[in-house]
Amino acid sequence: MTIEASLVPPQSRRLSLAGDLKMMVGDAATITWRNLLGYIRIPEAAFFSSVQPIMFVLLFRYVFGGAIPIPGMTYVNYLIPGIFVQTVAFGAVGTSIGLAQDLHTGLVERFRALPMSRSAVLAGRTVADLVRNVFVVLIITGVGFAVGFRLHASVLAFIAGLGVLLLFSYALSWGFALIGLLAPNAETAQVMSFPILFPLTFASPAFVPVSSMPSWLQGFANNQPVGVVVNTTRVLMNGGPVGSLAWKAVAWSFGILIVLGPLAVRRYRRAS
Amino acid sequence: MTEAIYVDGVTKTFGGDIRALDGVSFSVEPATVFGLLGPNGSGKTTLVRILTTILRQDSGIARLLGYDVATYPSYVRTLFGLAGQYAAVDENLTGRENLMMVSRLNHIDRTDAQLRSDELLHQFALFDAKDRPLKTYSGGMRRRLDVAAALVAKPKVLFLDEPTTGLDPQSRNGLWEVIEELVAGGTTVLLTTQYLEEADRLASNIAVLDHGQVIAQGTPRELKANLGATVLEIGCIDLATTARVVEILTPLSSHAPHQVANSVEITVDDGPRFAMNALRLLDEEKITPTTFSLREPSLDDVFLALTGREAEVVPEATDSKAKKKGRRRDR
Ligand SMILES: Nc1ncnc2c1ncn2[C@@H]1O[C@H](COP(=O)(O)OP(=O)(O)O)[C@@H](O)[C@H]1O
Ligand SMILES: [Mg+2]
Repeated sequence: MTIEASLVPPQSRRLSLAGDLKMMVGDAATITWRNLLGYIRIPEAAFFSSVQPIMFVLLFRYVFGGAIPIPGMTYVNYLIPGIFVQTVAFGAVGTSIGLAQDLHTGLVERFRALPMSRSAVLAGRTVADLVRNVFVVLIITGVGFAVGFRLHASVLAFIAGLGVLLLFSYALSWGFALIGLLAPNAETAQVMSFPILFPLTFASPAFVPVSSMPSWLQGFANNQPVGVVVNTTRVLMNGGPVGSLAWKAVAWSFGILIVLGPLAVRRYRRAS
Repeated sequence: MTEAIYVDGVTKTFGGDIRALDGVSFSVEPATVFGLLGPNGSGKTTLVRILTTILRQDSGIARLLGYDVATYPSYVRTLFGLAGQYAAVDENLTGRENLMMVSRLNHIDRTDAQLRSDELLHQFALFDAKDRPLKTYSGGMRRRLDVAAALVAKPKVLFLDEPTTGLDPQSRNGLWEVIEELVAGGTTVLLTTQYLEEADRLASNIAVLDHGQVIAQGTPRELKANLGATVLEIGCIDLATTARVVEILTPLSSHAPHQVANSVEITVDDGPRFAMNALRLLDEEKITPTTFSLREPSLDDVFLALTGREAEVVPEATDSKAKKKGRRRDR
């Protein structure tokens, strides 16, 4: 028997770049929709994921805050931007857990065998988590004003602060997506996330001034991504010269996206 | 005519030393059911994953409707539907939302997707449960939804990896009927199973897989002719009698009798006639069996006949095998 060559798919099947893009956006929208439905279906999870940041606000505002003097502003005004960043950073663990779950329940196996865009599962997960972050940030804004946060900057600057924050949260989601893809299961994904999160959020100016830390730690705290984003949102939300700080924050976000995003996509394609 | 599925010398090794597939070759004619029969760990899922572009083979050719799966994976994905070994459904969505999601990911527009989802929900008797979240579904309902999801795009080739494992008999019969309808409508189905009965009922051709190799291939009729159509089981009062029964029966059949503790199993082509002969001979020897029964051959019997040993099972499956054995002895 002679082995014939493989048939070649009809040319009309080969999509144009615009067609590819349209498919990518459509598929990502479908996956976003299904992830958001998941969040809505488990209101307990949504409730408790906003309880935690609220507890942090109350804890630092009323328990630790009195012992932390901040020159030139009230502690609550110092605290709220830090809480914002800490909350979205901790929220990124959700990205890694969700993805690890999809991977190990067999759902991703189905997605891989569908004629859909290869990046839609990751895009749909990170966009859904961005939407979730917007809600959490709105809740904390409300809580912040309730416990005494006062706006000294312009509303526009405050919104710019939220913009920097959400951009960072989106970049971080891709980083934690990579962790979710590397983890053998959802529990491990969670455990793997914290050793990365804790030094970044606590060795930072999120809750206490960096000047109170040993000098060797100060450089790290002020220049690592969470530290830079905390400093930037704090300046934008309290008024004052932002200078190159904002660019540094945006650069960190894009840097994380550009490096870890493709790594996550590559890992997604290979993971079995 | 182009084969619906064409596999030639496919190999796949995991982690350097696990030979999951060791040169598998077969082809499947369009609009037929092909049964891939094998015990746990024989490589069935690995082959399905290669044919559905999820995995890439190390060597060999795999084609769907003439298209090479490794060369044109994204085109090939528009040709088939897959219901994998474990139901791949979203726990947080309702049944209908699950089908809508898969339809949308197949790029079916919203209106058509809604029509198609409802049609499938009716076909798989899930319509009444369509708006319930999957958490409330039974295992059988999940499995049916999973198969329905594989059918949303009306694929020309359908892969079903152990579709009836864990299904109750009624759901299983329902699924068999759906498969028969699909094939009558021109769909090609590749089905993996651990049950000879299932392959026999549905498949026009069967390949028996063992340690990643095809150890037998043919129509159910051909396989049965080689293996014997029925198994005769004779229970005896003690081991000495059992050994004597083996001696008596050995000259009667082309297949060797096989002693399992206090009973003798023998694969035979013409069950009733053989049974009459056997009874007559035993009576002449004044041996009265404690049990005497004819049954359909099981996968274990197939393996015994083909390889001279029982189907080896990977550890996770030893439990169910032990149970099956226990059950058989009870009969
Ligand atoms: N991803 C994997 N990594 C390592 N070994 C695997 C993997 N998938 C399957 N195997 C091994 O390959 C063999 C065949 O497995 P599989 O195709 O799942 O068999 P079946 O579906 O017939 O039960 C088994 O020994 C299994 O342990
Ligand atoms: Mg399997």
